[in-house]
Amino acid sequence: MTTIFGVPTMALFGQILIGLINGSFYALLSLGLAVIFGMLNIINFAHGALYMLGAVTAYLLLNYAGIGYWPSLIIAPIVVGCIGIVIERVFLQWLYKLDHLYGLLLTFGLALIIEGVSRHYLGSAGLPYTLPQSLAGGHNLGFMFLPNYRAWVIAVSLVVCFGTWFVIERTKLGAYLRAATENPSLVRAFGINVPRMITLTYGFGVALAAFGGVMAAPIYNVSPNMGSELIIVVFAVVVIGGMGSILGAIVTGFGLGIIEGLTKVFFPEASATVIFVIMAIVLLVRPAGLFGRGT
Amino acid sequence: MRDTRAPLLALNDVQAWYGESHILHGVTFNVSEGEVVTLLGRNGVGKTTTLKSIMGLVPRRSGSIKFEGQELIGLMPEKIARAGVAFCPEERGIFSTLGVEENLMLPPQVRPGGLALDQIFALFPNLKERLGSSQGTKLSGGEQQMLAIGRILRTGARMLLLDEPTEGLAPVIIQQIGRTIHALKEQGFTILLVEQNFRFASTVADRYYVMEHGRIVDEFANSELDANVDKLHDYLGV
Repeated sequence: MTTIFGVPTMALFGQILIGLINGSFYALLSLGLAVIFGMLNIINFAHGALYMLGAVTAYLLLNYAGIGYWPSLIIAPIVVGCIGIVIERVFLQWLYKLDHLYGLLLTFGLALIIEGVSRHYLGSAGLPYTLPQSLAGGHNLGFMFLPNYRAWVIAVSLVVCFGTWFVIERTKLGAYLRAATENPSLVRAFGINVPRMITLTYGFGVALAAFGGVMAAPIYNVSPNMGSELIIVVFAVVVIGGMGSILGAIVTGFGLGIIEGLTKVFFPEASATVIFVIMAIVLLVRPAGLFGRGT
Repeated sequence: MRDTRAPLLALNDVQAWYGESHILHGVTFNVSEGEVVTLLGRNGVGKTTTLKSIMGLVPRRSGSIKFEGQELIGLMPEKIARAGVAFCPEERGIFSTLGVEENLMLPPQVRPGGLALDQIFALFPNLKERLGSSQGTKLSGGEQQMLAIGRILRTGARMLLLDEPTEGLAPVIIQQIGRTIHALKEQGFTILLVEQNFRFASTVADRYYVMEHGRIVDEFANSELDANVDKLHDYLGV
């Protein structure tokens, strides 16, 4: 059997693939968190719960309305994005001038409520979500077996992440967003409705989370806990990448997914903690994060 | 020369607060179309707050601010901008996450008839050379000021609020800004200027209002400047 550093290549590439899959979700979620933090100054602790809600919406659509994966990929983010808009209008808009702690506590409370309600109706056991037929199966690449759905998740996540990056860094709309992040009142004085932009940003950020949730549904089980398990790692990703940095969130998300996968191969005992060790080192060396602007 | 036309901008008993501090205690004045009017006064008398009140950028204000007969006092800043008032803040407000061109193109057009880019570059030739710069805040202080003025000329707003555009700049740049204000006046812009430097103001202004303790305490035309120099020295403490 072929080996690299004494590890069978099948196992190595298998773990890198799992790392990339996890990294796709880290990137999608930390990207939304970064956009929301940049614009709203809110550390959105409800992000994991809204990701879960995306998966649950897809599950409900499939099992109660017969609506399959592909429409759900659009419908669930819109539904959850609208919920996000309501959350922003009803709760978050009152907190922008206060300390970060208030936003964090409020969204943490919302996360507990959303998860509690889901657990009440769905139970805490995971519910299976059937893989869409068109993405079943896989390809043998010679050195490893690549399931089609996993390849799809990685590709879509890359496209969505870099699409978001492009819109924010390279378009007029993105220039409004960046300018409003820096100096919202001056941007308003130029005639731009910044409060509405903030609301839509939150809606977009949580829609991204829900999109991740739908993508995750066929891979992991749909369970009320799926968000809270993920969100802690995602926060570590955001801290390592630099709060509010778009590119940082994307690169760090994929990078840490791969590092985590490799750790499973070479030193499995550390695989659950490696991200937090990296976080601690980054915080010591570069407190603003790898891509942070160091404010 | 007093203008008898209806004023373009009319403030009546404007009061403004930042939290508990009451900054403006009833500011009343007006600006006619095509005029350059300067607010003079020491630091902290409420000149900047007056501009921000017109723009809707203070947390709380009362009284009446009419622009082209439309009441602005209850409007949000974005609506006031859309009514045709443009603001250039004292700190210039160049965005560090935007390139020079993005900074210049950021303010949306609120009305037809804004200056074309070529006209802006004719006023500020330096800007054209710096257009490719990736970070607006890497420009010199003078260039940042030109960018801050240049970008609001594109919008089609005909009423400009300029907060201390000469602050901290070299004499040669101050002269350039003076020439710019003359050129804008000739093109029919109406300008409300806040200045500490009344030597500079005297080269561009038609009229002056003097502020003290959040109120207008005096008013005179540029032709009356010489007769009022002693009084002005008292007001400004120079």
